[in-house]
Amino acid sequence: MKNFRITPSLAVILVLVILVAIAALRYDGFLGVYNVQSVLRYNSMFALVALGMCFVIMTGGIDLSVGSVAAMCSVVSALLSSYGLFHGLAGGIAAGILAGLINGVLITKLNILPFIATLATMLAASGTGLLLAGNQSVSVSYDTYFTNLGQGDLLSFMRPEWVDADEVGFLGSILGFILSFPTPAWIAILAYIIGGVVINHTSFGRHVLAVGGGTEASRLMGLPVNRTIFFVYVISGALAGLAGVILASQFGAGQPIEGIGWELFAIASVVVGGTLLSGGKGSVAGTLAGALLLGVIFTILNFENGMGWISLSAYWQSVIRGLFLLVVVILQSRLTSKDPADSLKAST
Amino acid sequence: MVDYSPLLRRYGVFLAVVLLILFNLAVTPHFATMQTLSVNLTQVCTIVIVGVGMTLVIATGGIDLSVGALMAIAGAMSPMFFTGELFPVPNIYLGIALGIVFPIIIASFFGLFNGWLINRFSIQPIIATLVLFIAGRGIAQVSTNGDLQVFKVPEFQAIAIGRVLGVPFQVWIMVVVVIIAAFVLRRTVFGRQVLAVGGNEEAARLSGVPVKRVKLIVYAVSGFCSGIAGLIVIAMNSAADANLIGLGMELDAIAAVAVGGTLLTGGRATILGTLLGALIIQLVRYTLLANGVPDAAALVVKAGLIILAVWLQRQEHA
Repeated sequence: MKNFRITPSLAVILVLVILVAIAALRYDGFLGVYNVQSVLRYNSMFALVALGMCFVIMTGGIDLSVGSVAAMCSVVSALLSSYGLFHGLAGGIAAGILAGLINGVLITKLNILPFIATLATMLAASGTGLLLAGNQSVSVSYDTYFTNLGQGDLLSFMRPEWVDADEVGFLGSILGFILSFPTPAWIAILAYIIGGVVINHTSFGRHVLAVGGGTEASRLMGLPVNRTIFFVYVISGALAGLAGVILASQFGAGQPIEGIGWELFAIASVVVGGTLLSGGKGSVAGTLAGALLLGVIFTILNFENGMGWISLSAYWQSVIRGLFLLVVVILQSRLTSKDPADSLKAST
Repeated sequence: MVDYSPLLRRYGVFLAVVLLILFNLAVTPHFATMQTLSVNLTQVCTIVIVGVGMTLVIATGGIDLSVGALMAIAGAMSPMFFTGELFPVPNIYLGIALGIVFPIIIASFFGLFNGWLINRFSIQPIIATLVLFIAGRGIAQVSTNGDLQVFKVPEFQAIAIGRVLGVPFQVWIMVVVVIIAAFVLRRTVFGRQVLAVGGNEEAARLSGVPVKRVKLIVYAVSGFCSGIAGLIVIAMNSAADANLIGLGMELDAIAAVAVGGTLLTGGRATILGTLLGALIIQLVRYTLLANGVPDAAALVVKAGLIILAVWLQRQEHA
């Protein structure tokens, strides 16, 4: 294979696979149904937010509002959940799209820096969420199917009994593994597949990377720069809204004060996944791997504590995540200073 | 017809503070009291002190997301010194001195680390400081095991709640920090170099400005200011909670800088503007609260203020 190179995003996928493989060998039940479900259920929300962030960052922008938008949308969907699953879902996403529209207008029409525009939206969304919720969490309705979205396991009804037996073999255990994925994970997987297709196989995707590679050059080439930038913020808002709906559904309540710091973890996932913060180059698959990697670190820490050899408090996870980010950005700066020429390249 | 807009841009921030005060004098009951003054001032103190460091960083075209985490580190370390938890201290005053000096030095070193990352690896400031934003609070939590450290040391708490001439001591600290920073930015070579780096880094390098050293120093100063703010917070609460000290401070500080009229792309900065920016945000919040508007709505208004301030800035450059 002549053109095979280890790209940063490929590297992070490899690291994730190796880490999971080591953990699976080292700890009993690491790939067991319970653990897989709880890791994926919780991290799907971050993965969704990170996907939106990935699009924004590929245009060279940034979206700080995703965390509080997700919190606001969780409140909106919790308030609407008594009307049914669909109402809660649509309402939450619509609220997210609204926030994205505001970001888009501020950035493309008023020419305000993305950093500041989305900082303002972050405050406004957090205020709106608190006002709607009356400063407390809003319980969702348990009479409708709303909670299935976050708490259900979409395909588990297809999961045959025999995959839990000891001698099912490799394929059998893979089948059991995949069929036990929780609903939020399926939603995230679907979103990432669509995201990957959009960025690699549509003109919009090429525009996103072109704008990130050079805004002025793209404008001169006649690309719809403002429209592209506008849409990535709408996408980011919509995905944050979806994450908010899952949050409400999963925890059974709209949480106006959740979401603090989500935006920065999303940025970290995107960067760890090999997307350049300067835009123009990025990887959707890498972002997913980055988000999962940061999530898995926490689980590994838990299992390691369970082994009894060391005892690290949960607080170590942020130190380790920070160190991880540090190593990645240093490696990235090394890599990018070597080949500055191949921008405009998506590697999914 | 006279064009008032340059004047409005120049003195708009100041005008806004005056208008807010006049409005409050007319509408809000008990506004013209010493208590109101000291409540409002103590609430902006830490934001202004952190904002001063942030102003310098933004003036070079950078950003520092780690300020809140550095506050947590300084705040969490300090009680370990003066309560004698790390090593027995012979007397309380020595303990307090160590508890003030060491945390601030540590925070400054972390700031220096930010600058080093940015210089050495050409990492964008937002990512370089994101590392400590994530890890910094973790370091503070790990070193205290996440526990609340309660203490009762009036001599230490004096740095926040002691009064000199009827004004809380932390307000004096803020005034001193603001004056020194404003002087340095306006009257010293270093100040000109900071603005030169933010205005056009390449041009500054070519004309002999030590760009890397300037950047190192501004991030260290930002860490230094965060350290002071962290100590003030724990002295005010007579407790150190690594989970909460300085939470969200980066956003407040950036908002104060933006509203104050510092150019967010670097090259033009005003320390006094940051002070006034923080005061505006605080006064608006106070005005709304005092008139029965919920705190959450004040957040939305704050968002509008930031957009308005930055939009006015844009008009000037368009």
